[in-house]
Amino acid sequence: MWHVGTVVALNDETETVRTVRLKVSNWRSHVAGQHVDVRVTASDGYSAVRSYSIASAPNSDGHLELTIERLPEGEVSPYLTQEVEVGDRLELRGPIGGWFVWRNYQTEPVQLIGGGSGIVPLMAMIRSRASAGSSAPFRLLYSVREPSAVLYRDELHTLSNRDYPVTVSYAYTRAIPQGWPRPPGHIDASLIANTTWPSNLAPICYVCGPTSFVETIAGLLTACGHGTDKIRAERFGPTGEPQ
Amino acid sequence: MMAIISRGFSGRRSAAVVKLPPGQYLTTDFPVLSAGPTPNVPLDNWQLTIDDGTKVLRKWDWESFRGLPNETFTVDLHCVTRWSKLGATWEGVSLDTLLAEVNTDASYAFVHSYGDYTTNLPLKDLLNQKAWIAFRFDGGELALEHGGPARLLVPHLYLWKSAKWIRRITLTHEDKPGFWEGLGYHNYGDPWREQRYWGE
Repeated sequence: MWHVGTVVALNDETETVRTVRLKVSNWRSHVAGQHVDVRVTASDGYSAVRSYSIASAPNSDGHLELTIERLPEGEVSPYLTQEVEVGDRLELRGPIGGWFVWRNYQTEPVQLIGGGSGIVPLMAMIRSRASAGSSAPFRLLYSVREPSAVLYRDELHTLSNRDYPVTVSYAYTRAIPQGWPRPPGHIDASLIANTTWPSNLAPICYVCGPTSFVETIAGLLTACGHGTDKIRAERFGPTGEPQ
Repeated sequence: MMAIISRGFSGRRSAAVVKLPPGQYLTTDFPVLSAGPTPNVPLDNWQLTIDDGTKVLRKWDWESFRGLPNETFTVDLHCVTRWSKLGATWEGVSLDTLLAEVNTDASYAFVHSYGDYTTNLPLKDLLNQKAWIAFRFDGGELALEHGGPARLLVPHLYLWKSAKWIRRITLTHEDKPGFWEGLGYHNYGDPWREQRYWGE
C-alpha cells in the first residue's frame, strides 16, 4: 500500500516553497490534479501523514514532483521543505482523487483559477496538456500575494508564448510589479469578465486555493452564468494542510 | 512493511492524550471540503424528502422541519483528508425522529444534496441515535460552506458521508455508490478501521 520514494532533486521555488522530486518504484502514473499521501516517521515510530498535490505531468517512469509550501506552524511541511535531502526516502500512497482532475484527452475549454499554492494541481494540468501535445484551450488566472511569491513563473511564461499557448493572467493581492496596470486587490467580477473564458463557451472551471478564495471565485463564476456542474473546486482548510 | 525512518523528523506530538482514529491529526478549526460551488438554497424553497425511489414517504418544508423535536449533541468529526475535530456541538433533528413513522424493509440509504452531491450508507447507520440533520453549529446558524441551512451528520463515519445541503434520502434494497464512493473512496468509511479508499 505504501510505496517508497527516493528524493532525486530539490528546487526552491520561493523563500517558503520547495519542489521535491521523487522516484518511486512500482508507481502507477497519476492523472493531473491528483494528490498523494506522504508519511514521515520518527525514530521512535511516531509518524505523521499529510496530503500534497502532485505538480508534475503524468509519466510512466515513476517520477513525480510535489511542490510544498512551508507553514510556520506545520508539523510535516517544515521537515519536507527544510530538512529533506537528495537520497532520503519518503513513503507515499496514491495517487488519490478522481474528481479534481484533467485528463489529456479532454478537449473542451478549460479555465484554471488558482490562489497561492492552489496553483500546484493546476500546474500539473498545464504540464499534462503540454506533454501530451494537447491543444485544448486553456486559460489560467493566478491570484498571488506579490511578485516574489509567484510559482513556476518562467515555465508559465514559456508556455504562454508558444503555439497553442496557455493564456496566463495574474491578480496580485498585496504588492504589484512596477508599472502593473491594476492596483493590488483580490479577483473581482471585472477581472473574471476580462481574463476568463465566457460562460457561453461552457468551459470546465478548476478552482483551487484557500476556502474563502474558492467560495468567492465559485460565486463570481456562477454569477457570470457558469453552470455549477462545470465548476470543480479544491479547497485548503484554514490550516492550509492538508490540501 | 516496516515504516522507513525519516532522518531528522521528530514530529510534534501534543502533550494531551487524545484518542484519534489511525492516521488522523487534531485540528481546532473547521476546514471546508466540497467538490463544487456552495449552493445557496432559500429557506422558502427548502425541502427535505424521504422516499423509496418511487414514492414520497415523508416530506418537510423548513417550517415543519424546524417544528420537529430537536436535540443538542456533541460529537467528534473525522475527515478522510486526515483532520479530526473533537467535541463539536450541534443542534439538529435525529434521524430516529425523521424515520419514526416510516415503515420500510430497505437496507440502504442514498442521500442527495442540493448541488447534486450524493452519498450512500446502510440504513442502520442512520438509526439509534447515530445520525442527525443538523441546522446549528457552535451556537450559531450553520454556515453555508459547512452545509447550511441543514446537513446530515453521521459522525461515526468519515465526514464525506455527512452530506452537506441535504435534500432527499432514498431508502433502497440495493446499495449503490455515491459521489466519492464512485471515485475511489471506501464504500463504508469507518475511521477507526481506516477505511479511506476502495480496497481497504
